[in-house]
Amino acid sequence: MLSIRNLSKTFSSAGEPVHVLRGVDLDLKAGERVALTGESGSGKSTLLHLIAGLDAADSGTIRLEDTEVTKLSDAGRAGLRRDRIGLVFQQYNLIPSLSVGDNLVFQARIAGRYDAAWYKELIERLGLGGLLKRYPEQLSGGQQQRVAIGRALATKPSLLLADEPTGNLDEATAEDVLALTRDLVTRTGCGFLMVTHSLHLAATLDRHVNLHAGRIA
Amino acid sequence: MRRALWVLAVLLSHWRRHKMQFATLLIGLIAATALWSGVQAINQQARNAYDRAAATFGGARTPMLVAPDAATFPQELFVKLRRAGWPVSPMLEGRIQVNGRSVRLLGIEPVTLPVDVGNAPRLGAADLSNFIAPPGQTLVARETLNDLQEQEGAAPAISSGAKLPPLRVLPQLVPDVLVVDIGVAQRLLNKPEQISRLLIGKPRGKPAPLASVVGDRLQRVEPNAETELERLTDSFHLNLTAFGLLSFFVGLFIVNSAVGLAFEQRLPMLRTLRACGASARLVNTVLVVELVALSLVAGLIGLACGYFIAAALLPDVAASLRGLYGAQIPGQLSLRPEWWLAGIGISIAGALAAAATSLIKAVRMPVLATAQPRAWQQRQRRWLILQSGAACAVFAVALLLLQYGQSLIAGFGVLAALMLGAALILPAFLDIILRTGQRFARQPLALWFWADSRQQLSGLSLALMALLLALAVNVGVSTMVETFSRTFVGWLDGRLAADVYISASDNAKGVAIRNWLKERSDVQAILSGGRAEAQVQGQPVELLGLPDHALYRERWPLLEAAPRAWTQLIPGNAAFISEQLSRRLNVRVGDVIDVPAPGGTWELDIVGIYADYGNPKGQLAVNVAALIRQFPQTPQTRIGLIVAKENIPGLIAALQKQFALDDRSVADQATVKAESIRIFNRTFAVTSALNAFTLGVAGIALLTSLLTLANSRLPQLAPLWAIGITRPRLAAIELTKTLSVALFTSLLAVPLGLLVAWCLITIVNVKAFGWRLPFHVFPLQLVELVAVALFASLLAALLPMIRLARMQPASLVKVFANER
Repeated sequence: MLSIRNLSKTFSSAGEPVHVLRGVDLDLKAGERVALTGESGSGKSTLLHLIAGLDAADSGTIRLEDTEVTKLSDAGRAGLRRDRIGLVFQQYNLIPSLSVGDNLVFQARIAGRYDAAWYKELIERLGLGGLLKRYPEQLSGGQQQRVAIGRALATKPSLLLADEPTGNLDEATAEDVLALTRDLVTRTGCGFLMVTHSLHLAATLDRHVNLHAGRIA
Repeated sequence: MRRALWVLAVLLSHWRRHKMQFATLLIGLIAATALWSGVQAINQQARNAYDRAAATFGGARTPMLVAPDAATFPQELFVKLRRAGWPVSPMLEGRIQVNGRSVRLLGIEPVTLPVDVGNAPRLGAADLSNFIAPPGQTLVARETLNDLQEQEGAAPAISSGAKLPPLRVLPQLVPDVLVVDIGVAQRLLNKPEQISRLLIGKPRGKPAPLASVVGDRLQRVEPNAETELERLTDSFHLNLTAFGLLSFFVGLFIVNSAVGLAFEQRLPMLRTLRACGASARLVNTVLVVELVALSLVAGLIGLACGYFIAAALLPDVAASLRGLYGAQIPGQLSLRPEWWLAGIGISIAGALAAAATSLIKAVRMPVLATAQPRAWQQRQRRWLILQSGAACAVFAVALLLLQYGQSLIAGFGVLAALMLGAALILPAFLDIILRTGQRFARQPLALWFWADSRQQLSGLSLALMALLLALAVNVGVSTMVETFSRTFVGWLDGRLAADVYISASDNAKGVAIRNWLKERSDVQAILSGGRAEAQVQGQPVELLGLPDHALYRERWPLLEAAPRAWTQLIPGNAAFISEQLSRRLNVRVGDVIDVPAPGGTWELDIVGIYADYGNPKGQLAVNVAALIRQFPQTPQTRIGLIVAKENIPGLIAALQKQFALDDRSVADQATVKAESIRIFNRTFAVTSALNAFTLGVAGIALLTSLLTLANSRLPQLAPLWAIGITRPRLAAIELTKTLSVALFTSLLAVPLGLLVAWCLITIVNVKAFGWRLPFHVFPLQLVELVAVALFASLLAALLPMIRLARMQPASLVKVFANER
């Protein structure tokens, strides 16, 4: 479903080139759940951003199902994120001025893929029923991350990308949140690629790949 | 479309959670639109009135034939010209007194009146017969009817005792004018068979040359695109526009501040939207649509407010224009659709201009950039250097304009450059002051006070700039008005030399009054004056006849004079010239001026220049006997008397009884002076109102900036609260900080305001009105204005401070919990 070939990305820092990714190859099957680990600065988040089309690669290809992401325009990449990718960040990135209910549906509404039954199920599975009218600032970290996961999965994407989704949570909450995510991913059948520092959490997924010095080790 | 609506809903949700910021944005836009549109409405109203005046049965917009000496001429010339194929129509003009009020009487001949006479009110066929057939009609504007305290259909008597035809309201007619059939006018003005001018219609075929029909007895005057009144009042309207523009920019400061802060706060939201698949184009388009929609709503509210502001100010503006230029502006506001459209347009354009930086940032925003909610504060140092450089460049422009600019626009350019430069350099000045304070602070709290004030500066600088500009304009205009006021009162003391003033309705009555006065032992001297009108170098000029009396020599103030100036006046070949006319004609003492008179050209040596404040017309003062010799038809109806103070009330009562004179026709010096000062104060009432508005808007700018900053300042305040400083004390410190920067700003505004006053007095006033005043500084007034500015700042700072003092500890704890 996801096929990455010879992917490279270089940034410039204080005038010096920093080679973050140096020819990454990675495949993900439909419904497969993969953990991406590596030390800080190894390029995990950069790889995730390139797959999501948040940034453009210098060379190499990323193919999601029948679409070559690396050849898409900015608007094309936006469409891909909107319709086929779900994104979860460590900082939750909820919209502070929208209630929990509105945060949950707004990506699905933008994509025109709102499904009332699925919305209801998501609320139930994520345990957000009593929080729908609250605002993000009135929620705990774990609750906010559950809303972010719900928002990402509300469109039933082909691929869920999560960048250290449990980085701000305590161990017990992190495990709860990840368990919920695994459940929902299985329920939707989408692929799941999660960046994490925790080998313990990585072990709970189907496969674990390690990124070292810009290459898959 | 649905996608765009969702993005719009998400963007709008920000305002739901930041109501004060939303209010700030709307208030800024409403204030900017309201003040700008209000001023434009007033200007439009005045221009409409000038158009009406110009179009009144062949005003300046119609070609005409007049006598070279501007006097009346025989009706037979009209007959000759008609026979020679000239499509002319006769008109007679003069002044009459109705119910003690002087009005312009126009006699027209409606049958021959050209159909293409400007926008002249037309008389329908039915009306035509009523107008011509006895008893005829007197056409009058509604405002004039009210001023005369008459009803439609009434036939009031004029001062000579003759009756006017019944009054009929003609809505399009200009105020202060009565229109009658020319035959009626000739009878009422006692000018049988006389005509003032001939209006020229569109010729059919080629008429005989003018000279072959009437010789050199008549000359053709081409229509003016801009009337004399429009030229005179241009500067006044430019003044008003400048005020409106200043208020508009102060309003945009508020908008810019609100949009800038909202953009920084919404950056994470914009990135999330992009991360969720909304394209950059969609997000940017919706941002613009949102802004346009908000400015549309605010623009409409602003227009409604602008209408009310204009309606409230119009009587004062009308009084100013009447006092300064003799222009008649109706007090009822009527607006054209263009005004509404322009108001909406200016609101949208202003909002887009104020938000341009934020919108450009949004367009260029990389989706992956890390959040920098307060980056605009961190970039302050670089901005300070850039702004200071720009300020120096603007000051250089001001200097160049001062050195080489000649026009009124250049004068305003100097003012604008001065104020813009000062506003740009203000944050750097304040930064230096606060840094100096920080360097000398020893106590930790004092150190924090100065350091935090500096940090807060970037968020407050726009509001402080608005305060600086508003206060500087207040100082400048107030100094100018006060200078004018004191000069005017001193000048009045000199000009109003006589103790009692009499205005007779006609020459016969004037003679009777003078004869009666000669018999009175309580009258020490009778000073008879006279006035005539002429055209000098294309300018309307009033000729003022002064009697030869020691009192004038002692008290009449002259700005410049040749040796023995008063003695030179007596033979009748010398004149004093008013300051504004001397500037307009570029005439100095020692020059010679030619005045067309009925008997030929009157050559006058200029032997003195005098101030003539408040007179829209240029004036030449000559010996009254010489004036009557040159202009035999000069009415001798004005009489001044020298009377011992204790005899004044008795004499006035006797005059009123003997000659049935009302209060308008006879008055003592104190009454005339009080009336002049009342008119003067009314003239500048609009300036005071606009001053107050500008300062009010600056106060709102400060309030809104403080309110929008209040929430984002919690991370700075929470640590102090955590180490034991109570919330009320924190609030007090915040209040002191705001008042300190407002005080520094106000102190900087004082020298800037004095510079503005100097520019107004020595450049703008001279170009606009033709007179130059001595420059005075009024320290008490400056202290008063600074106190008002500080009070406005205190009011602005109070609400956020009360909120801080009452803030729940939980809100401050959240800062540490990283859950905000």
